[in-house]
Order: sequence, then structure tokens, then C-alpha cells
Amino acid sequence: MGHGFSTLFYKEVLRFWKVASQTVGAPVLTALLYLLIFSHVLAGHVQVHGVVYTAFLIPGLVMMSVLQNAFANSSSSLIQSKVTGNIVFVLLPPISYLEFYLAYVLASVVRGLVVGAGVLLATFWFAPLDFAEPWWILVFALMGGAILGSLGVIAGIWADKFDQLAAFQNFLIMPLTFLSGVFYSVHSLPPFWQQVSHWNPVFYMIDGFRHGFFGVSDTSPWLSLAVVGSCLAVLTAFTLNLLKRGYKLRN
Amino acid sequence: MSAAIRITQVSKCFGSVRALDQVDLEVQRGEFFGLLGPNGAGKTTLISALAGLVRADSGSLNVMGHDVQLDYRAARRLLGVVPQELVFDPFFTVRESLKIQSGYFGIRDNDHWIDEILENLGLTSKANANMRMLSGGMKRRVLVAQALVHRPPVIVLDEPTAGVDVELRQTLWAFIRRLNEAGHTIVLTTHYLEEAENLCNRIAMLKAGRVVALDTTAQLLRRFSTHCLRLRTDGAIPAELARGAAQNGGWWSLPFDAFDQVEPMLAKIRAAGCRIDDLEIGKPDLEEVFVRVMQGQHEGQVS
Ligand SMILES: Nc1ncnc2c1ncn2[C@@H]1O[C@H](COP(=O)(O)OP(=O)(O)OP(=O)(O)O)[C@@H](O)[C@H]1O
Ligand SMILES: [Mg+2]
Repeated sequence: MGHGFSTLFYKEVLRFWKVASQTVGAPVLTALLYLLIFSHVLAGHVQVHGVVYTAFLIPGLVMMSVLQNAFANSSSSLIQSKVTGNIVFVLLPPISYLEFYLAYVLASVVRGLVVGAGVLLATFWFAPLDFAEPWWILVFALMGGAILGSLGVIAGIWADKFDQLAAFQNFLIMPLTFLSGVFYSVHSLPPFWQQVSHWNPVFYMIDGFRHGFFGVSDTSPWLSLAVVGSCLAVLTAFTLNLLKRGYKLRN
Repeated sequence: MSAAIRITQVSKCFGSVRALDQVDLEVQRGEFFGLLGPNGAGKTTLISALAGLVRADSGSLNVMGHDVQLDYRAARRLLGVVPQELVFDPFFTVRESLKIQSGYFGIRDNDHWIDEILENLGLTSKANANMRMLSGGMKRRVLVAQALVHRPPVIVLDEPTAGVDVELRQTLWAFIRRLNEAGHTIVLTTHYLEEAENLCNRIAMLKAGRVVALDTTAQLLRRFSTHCLRLRTDGAIPAELARGAAQNGGWWSLPFDAFDQVEPMLAKIRAAGCRIDDLEIGKPDLEEVFVRVMQGQHEGQVS
């Protein structure tokens, strides 16, 4: 990877960092509000895996923030550059499609991790948290961020207008993240919805991530790793192919 | 030695619009080349294909011997493009934009050259201003600066003087001329034909995606005549004369090669009962040549 790649990566990080109150502060506050409301309503009523509900909720909120912000970073950067036309600045230089992909996805992962860390810092006072198997925490945060960062690249390239991107977000990303067991254990669902949840890759990201905290989860972290790893491989191949063909970017 | 730019049989369609139709063009190293044509002729599309911003449907494009698809890294490193659209990144200052652009081309410590570009484009005092705060003309200057950060030997400017004041136009051209004298190849599109006439040693005219004229500026100017009679009249001139004439605003331009042709032309106009309000005799200018070429009198006659 050359200096072109590192510059693009740096620029993408700088872009969100320059407006950190919107890109980091706001999502941390949102997650904090979710925590206050849900734990107020549900604490005392629910225990999951023998863990108090608030403690169960925190890793879910952290991971949801990682995922949503990773998606937001690459998709909004690309659509803004396309709509304003300044995408030419990255299309004119000798940056390969692989460098292009990695720069956008890694910057998305960084944004996801920064927001995730912020949410964790803001919420871990509210309940006792373990860090039982911390490697899983890192692995799933990185891979989940990369998957959503890739989806963001796809959505940002595909969408021509902001409302198309919003549709992608509202009808795909939001349902996938909300229906993945952030707020509940899927074991508490009726059998049919349990089945449905098992088709949602985000469920495995959150379940594996949570396993890192409590050492217990709905499914084995190894199964989650396999599912999440396969998703990442497929999405990476798909996105690289789009970029290689110049789909919409060099039409 | 390979040509600075070689374009072979390039076609490009957007849906049913044929933006480029089997374009062949070669620009030699060190040339100051003009690419002219009316709106929608395909100039920007041709430049975009050269820069890899669009893919040609067929044909090949080379920058100093490097194919823009197969050997895109080398081709892009050798090419600097000033886009027609006024684009900028609102997150950064002028200097940040230029440093980032240098980085994209793999250049780390570029401050000396950046300072020099800023100086030459009259941007030094704006170096730390945010891009959003600049006026349109200033943004245009930054666009030129961004195209030059990697010292490209081939520089393509797509209407760099649109919406730019007289002063910058002069400083910009002085700077570009110096770069040309230092060996850079320059390709420029403009709708100010005087500019092209003064600057370019060779010119291609594009119409509906085809090259309809390609010659040295001097040859183009001599193409239709050696002299030109320009008239402003109160009515239409006789059809016999109008056929060979170009009309521009209220003015008629009548080409001729020898001065003894002037009297008979004036006599015919008087005989038609036409009053002459103004009259001058001069050399044909590029605008007349352009209008005639676009009227299609010489369509297909590419030299
Ligand atoms: N992205 C696009 N999608 C569809 N049609 C396009 C696209 N880009 C250009 N065209 C069409 O291709 C033709 C050539 O356009 P182009 O921008 O190359 O002209 P131009 O010579 O640069 O004109 P101008 O002097 O106005 O800049 C036009 O008919 C234009 O409408
Ligand atoms: Mg154009």
C-alpha cells in the first residue's frame, strides 16, 4: 500500500474527526438515551444469561453504534463527494481500486471503533461489566465495522441522491441492526422469529461481540465467526468487483 | 519518442447520445493545443476518457505512451486535469487540499512546490482559508493548483477561465505559458476564441463528437481566405455574397484573397439597395473560422 492509500485513509478519518460532535458525539448521546430509557423500563423485569438487563444491553448498544457509524462513514462520504463532484479528486490520482476500498473501509472501522469506545465509556458506569474473553470483542468489532463499512461503500456508490441512501439505510441497515438482538436475547422470541433472526448476519456480530463480555451467548462464537467472516469475504469480493469495473464512479 | 497524447478511434455513447464518434487525435510533446467546439460537442467527455473518469466504449487513449486503462498508474501520474465543474472539498483549507492531493499522487514533502503554485496563482494570502470561504474565481484557481501538485508533464485545462476575472486570466495564462516553455504539454478548451488564437499553436475543432478541423492555428486562419471584409448593414446582403459569408451578430464577414475583389463586392451590395453602416478590412480571426467550420462547409475535410 502506497502513500496514496495512506493519504486517502487519513483524509477520510480527518473528514469525520473535523465534525466530531456530529459524527461521534451525537451517536454516543443517542446510545446513552437508549440505555437510560430501556434499562429504566425493563431493568428488574428481565435477566438474560443470568446477567442483569442493563449489563446485557450495554454491549448490544456499543456494537450497534459501531455498525451504524461504520456504515454512515463510508456511505455519507461517498455520496457527498459524488453529489458535490469532488469525487474527481480521488479518481484522477493513481490510486488502485484495492487501495480505494481499503482506505474507505478502514476509515469506517476507525469511526465505528471511536464511537463504540465512546458509548462504552458513557455507559459502563450503569452496570457491572465483565471482559471475559476480550479477543472476541475486538475481532467482532473489527469485522462488523468492516462489513458495514463495505456496505456503506456499496450504498454510497450505488445511490445517486441522498434519499436513495436514506432508503438503503432505513429499509436495510436499520431493520437488520434493530432485529438482531441488541435489546433482547433471541431465545426470548417465539420459535419462528428465532429462526428469522438466525438468517440475520448482524445477529452473529452482536452475539459474538457480547460473548467477549460475558463468556456466554446465544450461539457459539466460533459459529458467529464463521458466519461473519464469510459475509465479510463475500462483501469484499463484491465491492472490489464493483470498483474494478468502475460501476457508476467511472461510468 | 511517444506522443504526449494519442487518441485512437475513440467512441463513447451516453444512452442514445453519441458523445464521441471515432475520434483520432495526437498531441505532440511541448505543444500548446486547443480543443474547441460548441456546447455538447464532446470536449469534456474526451478529457474525461483521457483521465479515466469515463470509460470509452471503444478505441484507446495513451498519455506519453501509457494506456489509460491498462497502465493507468503511469498515465495518471503524467496527467494533470483541471475539471470544468467548479468542485471543492468543503472540509479543508486551500493548503490542506493541496497537501492531500499531493499525497494521493504519492508525494510527501511538497511544500516548496505548493508555495510556488500558490504564489503564481495569487493564492498565497488564501492558503489557510477554508475552501467554502473562497469566491468562485478563487476556487477555480485552487482547481488549477490541484491539477499541478504532481508536476504533470501533460496538463489539460477544461475551460479554466470560465467565470474568472481579467487579472487572473492574464496571470493564469502567463503561468501556463511558462510551464509550456519549461516543456509541459498543454491542452486547453475554451469558448473564448481569442484566447485560443493567441495561445495555441495547434487546434482541433469538435462537433457532435467528431473532429471536424485539425490544423495549426496559422493554417486554420488562412484556411478560408487571406483577408476579410467585415460589414454592418441595415438589411440582408445579396444571396450570392451571403453564401460565402459568415454572420456574427449584426456583422457579415466576407472572405477574399486579393484587394481588387473588394470594389465589386461593395458594388453588388449597393446595387441591392443595402446601406452599409460600418466597414472594416482585416485578417480573418478564429471566431470566423470557427463559425464556418461549425456551419459545416468543410465537414469531413480533416487535414
Ligand atoms: N454523464 C453523462 N450522461 C449522459 N449524457 C452525457 C453525460 N456527459 C455528457 N453527456 C452528453 O454528451 C455530449 C457531450 O458532452 P460534453 O460535456 O463532452 O460536451 P462539451 O463539449 O464539454 O460541452 P461544453 O462546452 O458545454 O462543456 C452532450 O450531448 C452531453 O449531453
Ligand atoms: Mg465541457
